[in-house]
Amino acid sequence: MNNVLNIVYLIPLLPFIGFLINGLGRKWLPKSAVGIIGSGVILGSFLLSVWVFFQVKGGNTHTADYFNFLSVGSLTIPFAFQIDQLSSIFLLIITGVGFLIHVYSTSYMHDETKEHFGRYFAYLNLFVFFMLLLVMGANYVIMFMGWEGVGLSSYLLIGYWFKNKSYNKAASKAFVMNRIGDLAFLIALFWIIGKINTVSFSEVFSAASISKFSATDITGITLLLFIGATGKSAQIPLYTWLPDAMAGPTPVSALIHAATMVTAGIYMIARSNILYSLSEVTMTVVAITGLLTAVLAATIALKQNDIKKVLAYSTVSQLGYMVLAMGLGAYTAGVFHVMTHAFFKALLFLGAGSVIHAMGGVQDIRYMGGLSGKIKITFITFLIACIAIAGIPPFSGFFSKDAILLAAWQKSPVIYVIALLGALLTAFYMFRLLFITFTGKFRGTEEQKHHLHESPSAMTIPLIILAILSVVGGFIGIPNVIMQGGDKLAAFLQPVIATNGEAHHVAASTEFMLMGLSTALVILAIVAAWYMFRNYQYKESKGLGKVLENKWYVDEMYDAAVVNPLKKFGNFLKNVIEKSGIDGVVNGAGRLVQYGSRQFRLLQSGQTGSYILLMVLSMVIIFIIQFFLRK
Amino acid sequence: MPINYYIFLSVALFCIGIVGVLTRRNAIIVFMCIELMLNAVNLLLVAFSKMHHMKALAADVASTAGTDGQLFVFFIMVVAAAEVSVGLAIIVMMYRNIHSVDINFLNRLKH
Amino acid sequence: MIAVLLILIPLITGLATFFIRNDKLVKAWSLFATVITLAVSISGIWLVKDAKYLEHHGTWLQILGSSFSVKLDALGQLLCLLTAIGYFLIFTATWKNVYSKSYNFYGLMLLALSGLMGVYLAMDALLLYFFWELTLIPVYFLCSQWGGERRIAVTFKFFVYTFLGSILMLVGILYLQSKTADHSFSIKSFYELQTTLSKGDQSWLFWLFFIAFAVKMPIFPFHTWQPDTYQQSPTSTTMVLSGLMVKMGLLGLIRWLVPILSIGAEMWSYTVIPLALIGLIYASLIALRLSDMKLIIAYSSIAHVALMCVAVFASNEIAMQGVLLQMFNHGINIIGMWMVADMIEKRTGTTKFSGLGGLAQKAPTMAIFFVIISLANIALPLTNGFAGEFLMFTGIMKIHSPYYLWFTIAACAGVVLGAAYTLRMVRKIFYGELSTEVTGFEDVSLNEKLALSLVVILILVLGIYPQAILNMTDSFSKDFIERINIIQFLPSKTGI
Repeated sequence: MNNVLNIVYLIPLLPFIGFLINGLGRKWLPKSAVGIIGSGVILGSFLLSVWVFFQVKGGNTHTADYFNFLSVGSLTIPFAFQIDQLSSIFLLIITGVGFLIHVYSTSYMHDETKEHFGRYFAYLNLFVFFMLLLVMGANYVIMFMGWEGVGLSSYLLIGYWFKNKSYNKAASKAFVMNRIGDLAFLIALFWIIGKINTVSFSEVFSAASISKFSATDITGITLLLFIGATGKSAQIPLYTWLPDAMAGPTPVSALIHAATMVTAGIYMIARSNILYSLSEVTMTVVAITGLLTAVLAATIALKQNDIKKVLAYSTVSQLGYMVLAMGLGAYTAGVFHVMTHAFFKALLFLGAGSVIHAMGGVQDIRYMGGLSGKIKITFITFLIACIAIAGIPPFSGFFSKDAILLAAWQKSPVIYVIALLGALLTAFYMFRLLFITFTGKFRGTEEQKHHLHESPSAMTIPLIILAILSVVGGFIGIPNVIMQGGDKLAAFLQPVIATNGEAHHVAASTEFMLMGLSTALVILAIVAAWYMFRNYQYKESKGLGKVLENKWYVDEMYDAAVVNPLKKFGNFLKNVIEKSGIDGVVNGAGRLVQYGSRQFRLLQSGQTGSYILLMVLSMVIIFIIQFFLRK
Repeated sequence: MPINYYIFLSVALFCIGIVGVLTRRNAIIVFMCIELMLNAVNLLLVAFSKMHHMKALAADVASTAGTDGQLFVFFIMVVAAAEVSVGLAIIVMMYRNIHSVDINFLNRLKH
Repeated sequence: MIAVLLILIPLITGLATFFIRNDKLVKAWSLFATVITLAVSISGIWLVKDAKYLEHHGTWLQILGSSFSVKLDALGQLLCLLTAIGYFLIFTATWKNVYSKSYNFYGLMLLALSGLMGVYLAMDALLLYFFWELTLIPVYFLCSQWGGERRIAVTFKFFVYTFLGSILMLVGILYLQSKTADHSFSIKSFYELQTTLSKGDQSWLFWLFFIAFAVKMPIFPFHTWQPDTYQQSPTSTTMVLSGLMVKMGLLGLIRWLVPILSIGAEMWSYTVIPLALIGLIYASLIALRLSDMKLIIAYSSIAHVALMCVAVFASNEIAMQGVLLQMFNHGINIIGMWMVADMIEKRTGTTKFSGLGGLAQKAPTMAIFFVIISLANIALPLTNGFAGEFLMFTGIMKIHSPYYLWFTIAACAGVVLGAAYTLRMVRKIFYGELSTEVTGFEDVSLNEKLALSLVVILILVLGIYPQAILNMTDSFSKDFIERINIIQFLPSKTGI
């Protein structure tokens, strides 16, 4: 089938070529070339994605089949890409935001040596390659390839500054935690193969295949897939790697741990929405997990003192909202929030990077303050992002978050209240961060004060672009109550996300009331934050504050419950069972033989008399046996 | 004479021979006992040979049954002679070295 | 013809090597021998289409019923290709290593190669046993002459342990031969025994053979010879032991044990599978706490082979294709890891973590190669390890047992632990601060780069297009499954 979309293999291929060139040539290529190649290939992919988007908008969706990856017996897994509405949206997000971050990195990382600069861009391109594989895959196996691949890139990039032991440990932790989630994902895959002998999306979601699944099958598969998503998208219980992942360079945090990789779980659920909608149990689990994560992470973010850690927990919390949306059946709302979150969270991270750059590497907000005058562009864009994430109209965050809150209200007022609480906390801690960092008096050293300067344009232009997107990005999803037919996103995704059309039982007046309520309360929270933090002085935390600052001691709990017992068990096996047990048996057998032979040797006394005695005895015995015992 | 008498005598001689081999310390006495055992066997062979011959003669006058026993006696005697000559030679060599024929001194086989 | 050539070429070149006294010539000659072997095995797979050139039936010990019959079937092709490539990689990577009396060393290595080829190609049970033991002898000398400090005791233990296993196999072979219709050792006659041998017989015969193969592979709890031996023997020999001789055990399972003693295999598979899985988790947990690179690679090899053993007993086509693919992959990957271990040992004299650290700062290229090979070992997608393990897991999930889910979870847990200890190893050796013990660590030399690149290329090519091997072994897997499914049609499987 000669569809023009068959050339979509170019979209992931370009970053892969960038990876190869920058990776192999990092010792010889000058930094400018590396930066141009690294960003250029992403730009190329972006332009292709735009073209793909318009193709899809015009109705041309396609599955491009390239070759058979695995073909055994009746199981065939093709290496194929699926281009439809959902994947085209994600393509735009990944390549678009990715390009901006690549450009930003050329300036942020320019202190690195040539070789390491090349290595950085190679890894970044590799990441984009895998992420594109993930969203373009036409079956679960190709998606899984991208899934693990982004985990790998994340590992490589978190541990980028590999001289530091704790960074390396954080990287390993991220990889292993992701792997645990992947374990569940794989089992779900095998389950699917066991039942219907195929993994391609078009076949799995067809009515014929669905009929072959029993109710337990669907619940099991979706739950297992979701556990995989908790690993990748940092939900309870597999979220503790994300804050530690802040050890990597800030653009990495922006791209991977805010805008793209962590949204892989959301993408997967959105892609599998047909299966999820069939299982009440899973949906409940998903919703509750998302809700709990959203609130838990928000509480932790209230007390963090590292600018990146606040943003990290904020990401976990926002992901919780997206997961909540999925669990409520509001798939489009979740995807919408992915998009707007990509804009303002990437902006926040890049802005944080700009702040860190200005502060000469310091990340602790207790030493900042009053920066608004010195780094104006950063401050303004950061402020825009904070308003967006708080959810104040008409910024993008308002529309997406409101869609989620509306879905929550439809399901149950309790969920709505808790989600609203989380939203208030979000506004509160974000503006706490803004005020502590940018307002009040400068709390750092004199030397740092002199060093403060605005970042170069390669860094500020992406900030400005993302800020514009954070403002206008919400207008593709205007709810119907405000403007009829304004929810262009939902309409666009209709072919892929079928069950979105739950009739809005909510009256227009209620909807307006909810919107107004949330906006008003959020503004109150911002005012409260202004009041508390505009002249910030650091105070030692006590009681609940201390618990929050220590992240509810979750990491310590994991260590005590899982990691240390495993280590002790491994030690036990190594020292006791291996040495004394099994090897003891083997060596013992050898020693037994030696002992036995020593005893036997004593027969050889050298005395002729005893030899003759033995001979006679043996003859007598043989005689007896031969004549009397054998019939 | 009934064959039983020959058997009893032969067995008695054989047992005396064995006991002698096992318990006596003088090498020459051990040799004599070995000879005793061999002769006990000879006796038995001759006795049975005669018995079979007698039985065969009763049936058929010119048969030669039972001669193999007596032939075998010759073999045993030859073997005994050879063994005694070699053994006595060894005892003489032993006596020349350690001036004794006590077999308990023969424990060098261990090394 | 080709089969005989594959055995003869290393044998003759190996014997010739003992007489060459020039070091450089010895190495060149050995490399040349492996290149020829590689060429012959490649031609045997892709160039020679006429089946009769691939086999040979000669007279040998006719009076016992044994003939010299060798044949290059799909499994043999795969393993011979792996062995030839493996040896080429080994000789290339260790080109700069200095051995005393190197003519002996390389001669013995080539003799071991000849024995390995013989095992893979033998279609006669006594011939199989002959070559099985033949591989042991050169390896014994290699380990005891050029090994580490405790080499004598360790090699002795290895020899006696493995020999004990082989003796059990010999007993089994002899018993089977006595039961065949024409009192011959040929594999065809043995295959006919599949349906005629009684269930009780198959039961204890299974264990005789399985223990022999379990000691070779090794499978828990018969594995204790392996870590010490891998650690003490010279790294070239370890590569042969770990990457190639392990496949002897698997070949025994696939070609000699399961098709003949199918009823016994079915009976005992629910004992063997949990045993192997316990071994997998056990080895992974221990590897998590070790601090010597060589020991970690050794235990990781135990874990991988345990998984393959489980997949063989899963008795379905997908698992079998996975095992065959993974045999090739594991050979390449583990040889790659041993290569890097060898490089580190040659440069610093130790492979313990206490003496290493931060090597990536001095040797970034080596670090990158090692990271890629480690990722292949933990089955990252787009590496060859993923395709093999994916197929094996899918096959394990299809086992007809109420516990199939637990088996799969256990196997997957092994994979997670694998990631943990492998990344820990990479971190402790290559990342972090440069250890004070390490001075003047050179990056990879040309020959090492060549060998490592070849490994990485194979990893990536087979990762993207595993069908290359799967197509080769497709018909073999189908035949295998058909053969073991015959027992499903027997009138009564209980108390035949």
